[in-house]
Amino acid sequence: MQQTRSVEIGTGLFVLLGMGALFFLTTQTTGGDDFSANETYLVEARFENIGSLRNRAPVAMSGVTIGRVIGIRFDPVSLEAVVQFVIDSQFNQIPDDSDASILTSGILGSQYIGLRAGGSDTYLEDGSEVLFTQSAILLENLIGKFLVNAGSKDED
Amino acid sequence: MRDLYNNSVEFVRTFGAFQLFSLRVIRYSPLVLLSRFDLVVKQIFNTGALSLVIIMVCGLFVGGVLGLQGYSNLARFNAEDSIGVFAAFGLIKELGPVITALLFAGRAGTSLASEIGLMKATDQLSAMEMMAVNPVPRVLVPRFLGGIIAMPLLVAVFSTIGLFGTHLVAVELLSVDVGAFWQQIQITVDMHDINEGIFKSFVFGVAASMIAVWEGYNAVPTAEGVGRATTRTVVITAIAVLVFDFMITALMI
Repeated sequence: MQQTRSVEIGTGLFVLLGMGALFFLTTQTTGGDDFSANETYLVEARFENIGSLRNRAPVAMSGVTIGRVIGIRFDPVSLEAVVQFVIDSQFNQIPDDSDASILTSGILGSQYIGLRAGGSDTYLEDGSEVLFTQSAILLENLIGKFLVNAGSKDED
Repeated sequence: MRDLYNNSVEFVRTFGAFQLFSLRVIRYSPLVLLSRFDLVVKQIFNTGALSLVIIMVCGLFVGGVLGLQGYSNLARFNAEDSIGVFAAFGLIKELGPVITALLFAGRAGTSLASEIGLMKATDQLSAMEMMAVNPVPRVLVPRFLGGIIAMPLLVAVFSTIGLFGTHLVAVELLSVDVGAFWQQIQITVDMHDINEGIFKSFVFGVAASMIAVWEGYNAVPTAEGVGRATTRTVVITAIAVLVFDFMITALMI
């Protein structure tokens, strides 16, 4: 009896420890819990180039995450990328002339959408579109421009 | 030439027998899980809880080594802050499942194989059959199930302790910023990565336990035969785990 009791206690401790470790891995090492909202509204934005923006990328305003990208597709007519993202309903007073740009966190970090407030009296609502957008800044293009500039200076 | 032919046929026969044996063990699994769970609990203790110390110590040191190696390499690109991501991906997706499976084969697989082999050598299995007790659900299946249940938990413990090992080396020893360390992990690691690790650990658990049980059950019933069975358990498990690891990674990446 004593034997089985200690076996059971040992097994219980082991399973609890394993579950705890699994819980730690799933909650503490994965992102995504910084944005969770019950009610959201959907907004669209068109970009000429989205760089390496991915699904589930954060949407931030003044650096605070207020939403998340839920869909990226390519519009074959206007030849632009259409990014759909949801914003927490408690932030329902974002002027509809705000502009969206694709920014990078850190020099090699992941990309996110940054919203900058405009001055309009009407607000973004479900289904509306952000009209002023700025594409991702591609490191390759920057380097290319820099090289072209450097080259043309040499010729002077 | 004749030998080669005979050996090839023998290899294919053994492989086929292993498949049939696996099916038999799996077929009894639901029954044992429902009716004799106490036996399974005892095996979870034997394979899981008793492997915990070696898993934790190894996890700590593997994590620490990742910290040291990662730091010295990443420092060349001034990217020391990414060391957390480096270690987390390495541990959760690869090193956790693989090293745990190898340690499991050494610590638990050998004990399973030699235990069953010795039961066979001392005619305990035949005695059971004579008492109309089928040794497959009574002896083999609980050990197999115990291994399957224990493995993912051991892998989770290994990866978590490993991350803390990296934290210890990177943050406490090499003074990487603690905020950057954990934040970068949280930004980069996805639920998908954790699922990959869990899936791998499950597959390795099935492979390692099945091979151990099979080798024990088919051991030549002598002292030498049991010894050979334990050796073969470790060798075959190691090969199977690394091959499966490659295939799963290629599939899921």
